[in-house]
Amino acid sequence: MQNTALTGGFENAPVQSAIAFRACLEAMARPGTLHQLDGGAAPAPCSAAAATALLTFCDAETPLFLAPSHDSPDMRDWLAFHIGASLVAPENAMFALGTWDSLQPLSRFAIGTPDYPDRSATLIIELPSLSASGARLTGPGIKEHAHLSLPSVPEFQQNAARFPLGWDALFTCGHQLAALPRSTKIEAS
Amino acid sequence: MTQDTHYNFAYLDEQTKRMIRRALLKAMAIPGYQVPFASREMPMPYGWGTGGVQVSAACLTPSDTLKVIDQGADDTTNAVSIRKFFEKTAQVATTESTRAASLIQTRHRIPEEPLREGQILVYQVPIPEPLRFLEPRETETRKMHALQDYGLMHVKLYEDIARHGNIATSYAYPVKVQGRYVMDPSPIPKFDNPKLRMAAIQLFGAGREQRIYAIPPYTDVVSLDFEDHPFEPSKANHACSLCGADHTYLDEVIVDDRGGRMFVCSDTDYCATRQATGAAPAQTATSQPQEAQP
Repeated sequence: MQNTALTGGFENAPVQSAIAFRACLEAMARPGTLHQLDGGAAPAPCSAAAATALLTFCDAETPLFLAPSHDSPDMRDWLAFHIGASLVAPENAMFALGTWDSLQPLSRFAIGTPDYPDRSATLIIELPSLSASGARLTGPGIKEHAHLSLPSVPEFQQNAARFPLGWDALFTCGHQLAALPRSTKIEAS
Repeated sequence: MTQDTHYNFAYLDEQTKRMIRRALLKAMAIPGYQVPFASREMPMPYGWGTGGVQVSAACLTPSDTLKVIDQGADDTTNAVSIRKFFEKTAQVATTESTRAASLIQTRHRIPEEPLREGQILVYQVPIPEPLRFLEPRETETRKMHALQDYGLMHVKLYEDIARHGNIATSYAYPVKVQGRYVMDPSPIPKFDNPKLRMAAIQLFGAGREQRIYAIPPYTDVVSLDFEDHPFEPSKANHACSLCGADHTYLDEVIVDDRGGRMFVCSDTDYCATRQATGAAPAQTATSQPQEAQP
């Protein structure tokens, strides 16, 4: 087994995961805000923020889809050692990790049911850059409006249109995190 | 950091916290929707805030400052025991000051002091389902939420008007969140309902009923009403006998056996802060018997 599979977990899991979760909660509660997320390190090309998000939310109870961009033997070893999530097809995934292009088409992911809209996927989308500029966001968590550099606008508008159904997105880039829940209205700008 | 090695940080095991955190993340994405979660046995009975305690445990970090209130008061049994619980299991700093707290767990009140960004308000919820007393079957209420079929709730409010001349519901007053889900704001007085749109994150935990829900900051929260019977936040028509505030929610306290009573702020921190800065009651008669009750 490669050495990389055994390293990169939390050194102090209860404290580091709590700090990481608060960053994720704030990000999801205030779409368009950027947060620092680190503590975990997974084999390249997985970012520190994405690795930390996986360590914070995923375990043997969360089926995970690994998009081709991140699917490597090293990554599988790392996931098996630190997280233990079963790797599944997009349709069955609670969490998904990959670049924007490799996660397409997004229609494959669970959007919940009218009875249980929470039974939907959370996408961890790796972006080459992340900034509070670009598409205009309004909705819960946003006082007036916010901006976020989304990889594309129509897919997110479509996702928001079927609220309360839909998937939710965490955007990761290096040590940075932003989030976009399905409840946010998006306009191109 | 000196750590009590008998407990994991914040009591719960890591897998349980991940499960609660996943539920919180979805709750945040679907404001007002009740997310089921696998509530654990806690070392306190149901009804003492096991839901709120689990949500707090999943959110606390070592740098947090925790405040716990029960009906607005910091010094009641429930508040004191939960505060001690987290002092022991999470070694977090605690405070009675609303302003100094980063995470506030509350039972049945929203602090008078407006909350700011970066703060989290955790509610203890006994019955999370606003439709439960109208429709006892979970399968049916779930369908009603899915179909946005909230007519029954309006019938209930209408019956209030038909019977009492006004909407008599005075606490746990139903609200609609961001135009979609009807939600029980937990048994806060309806006086507090207008504060539900705030800058802080609001999380709701119901332990026995195994539900978590949330309101993100600045979310539209509308108290249900009718055009000709608009929602009115109400309070006792008095000023606080200790600090003189006429804009706060008041507790009525019986002070003798001859019908004497006084009204005091239910938010003890707010009242004490006002008194410390020199606020005084307008009238001096505090413990005088008013109209003798038969």
